[in-house]
Amino acid sequence: MTDDTAERVRERVDAVYRADSRRVLATLIRLLGDFDLAEEALHEAFTAAVERWPREGTPANPRAWLVSAGRFKAIDGLRRRARFDASMAELAARLDADPGNAAAWDDEGVEDDRLRLIFTCCHPALPPDAQVALTLREVCGLTTEEIARAFLTAAPTVAQRIVRAKAKIRDAHIPYQVPSRAELPDRLDTVLHVIYLVFNEGYSASSGASLTRPDLSGEAIRMGRLLVEWLPEPEAVGLLALMLLHESRRAARTSPAGELVLLADQDRSLWERDQIAEGSALVKRALSSRQIGPYTLQAAIAAVHAEAPDAAATDWAQIVGLYDVLARADPSPVVELNRAVAVAMRDSPLAGLVLVDAILARGDLAGYHLAHSARADLCRRLGRMAEARVAYERALGLTRQEPERRFLERRLSELRD
Amino acid sequence: MKYLCLVYDDEKNLDAMSESELDGLVGECLAVDEELRKSGHVIASEALEPVHTATTVRVRNGKVSVTDGPFAETKEQLGGFFLIDARDLNDAIQVASRIPSARLGSVEVRPVWELRQQEPRARRW
Repeated sequence: MTDDTAERVRERVDAVYRADSRRVLATLIRLLGDFDLAEEALHEAFTAAVERWPREGTPANPRAWLVSAGRFKAIDGLRRRARFDASMAELAARLDADPGNAAAWDDEGVEDDRLRLIFTCCHPALPPDAQVALTLREVCGLTTEEIARAFLTAAPTVAQRIVRAKAKIRDAHIPYQVPSRAELPDRLDTVLHVIYLVFNEGYSASSGASLTRPDLSGEAIRMGRLLVEWLPEPEAVGLLALMLLHESRRAARTSPAGELVLLADQDRSLWERDQIAEGSALVKRALSSRQIGPYTLQAAIAAVHAEAPDAAATDWAQIVGLYDVLARADPSPVVELNRAVAVAMRDSPLAGLVLVDAILARGDLAGYHLAHSARADLCRRLGRMAEARVAYERALGLTRQEPERRFLERRLSELRD
Repeated sequence: MKYLCLVYDDEKNLDAMSESELDGLVGECLAVDEELRKSGHVIASEALEPVHTATTVRVRNGKVSVTDGPFAETKEQLGGFFLIDARDLNDAIQVASRIPSARLGSVEVRPVWELRQQEPRARRW
């Protein structure tokens, strides 16, 4: 055995880890019935692969080999621990006796396990921040420290959420399964919501020095693809479309200096045509189903923007129409605000301002910086500079995000000129 | 990533143990240590003599001063450590939870601040 071969095997194991470790983990959790045990087993299986593949050759089905090795190592480890903890012996015996359909490692079975993992991590019994942290760590393979950095949270806080979530899954006997047809709509909503949260944090970070965190958006899109491939519900298709259509504009959303560029001012030649084509096709597919939900409608709006050669040529009437439908399907003040901005484009800034003021008067979005910056922008277009200044200042006081802050400051200084 | 797991116990509890209880605990610690070495987690691990053997050293104005006893009197005393290599903080917590003192006392997990340039090491699974 030369070092060169050992090195090549190590690279091969690394590649299998990158491509398949989450699938292997998902299956081990099903077979061992415990997240922590499965994570240990995963680690031991890959360690065994580095030792044995150079000697024995790479197995024909590395994934099945790793699952089998992991399961064996876990049972073996439990037996050793049984010297000090009798309950471990029982568990080992039970796991050994029940191969847990271990033979079903065909691709479909493995993908089922990945869906089980997503649905368990996004179980409604877990608090929302724990759903996000657990999903990113277990489904996407991010480390606790990476999740903490992405959400500007201390690592011990994230670690605690994950520990508690796993304990809850164990103690509440949260089942490791894809929900039944009857439960699916509700449960899928939670999963889609978690994926969308991850995407949005990557696309428009809620705070911090940079506007976007592409790695998080990439993970969200990967999960979206997995769902669409194995559970092609219309809203899953709609969410993937929405994410791709937003993602297509990433390069145009910030200037080379890292400054925010509004949709109307973006250089549309920077938009990713492949993502737009894929997203638009997915929108059509989702719209052709009879259940059209909020993600699909938002994706349809994004697709209308994507089709326009420039802001002025945008079909604003169609966008207002889609917002009308969205406001009925999923009423929220933010949807109303977006509709008001579209009305301003279709009709006049004054028509939009009347709507924005009505929303603000209700107090719904008083603390939302984008409501005040929308009002400021409409006032500016109407030549009402004093009102515009007040609204920009209010928006500035509410944003926690550096590039947005600089954008608002720029607008304010332009008003003074 | 490297983490230091600092193992704390109330020495009074250990002193109160019978010989066979203490042997059992030591056996368990050694078994866990062996497991964690096999799994590639442990870089170094040692138990420490009781805290009354401690000497605390300070240099003030260029003069060395030495006091006997620990840096600070606490209810639980530092009794040993595991320097481990873990995938992330949750992996380190899982390792720490297997140390018997996690049950009897407590284990503090601290990420290592890598001041020295490290040789690139194989990533952990």
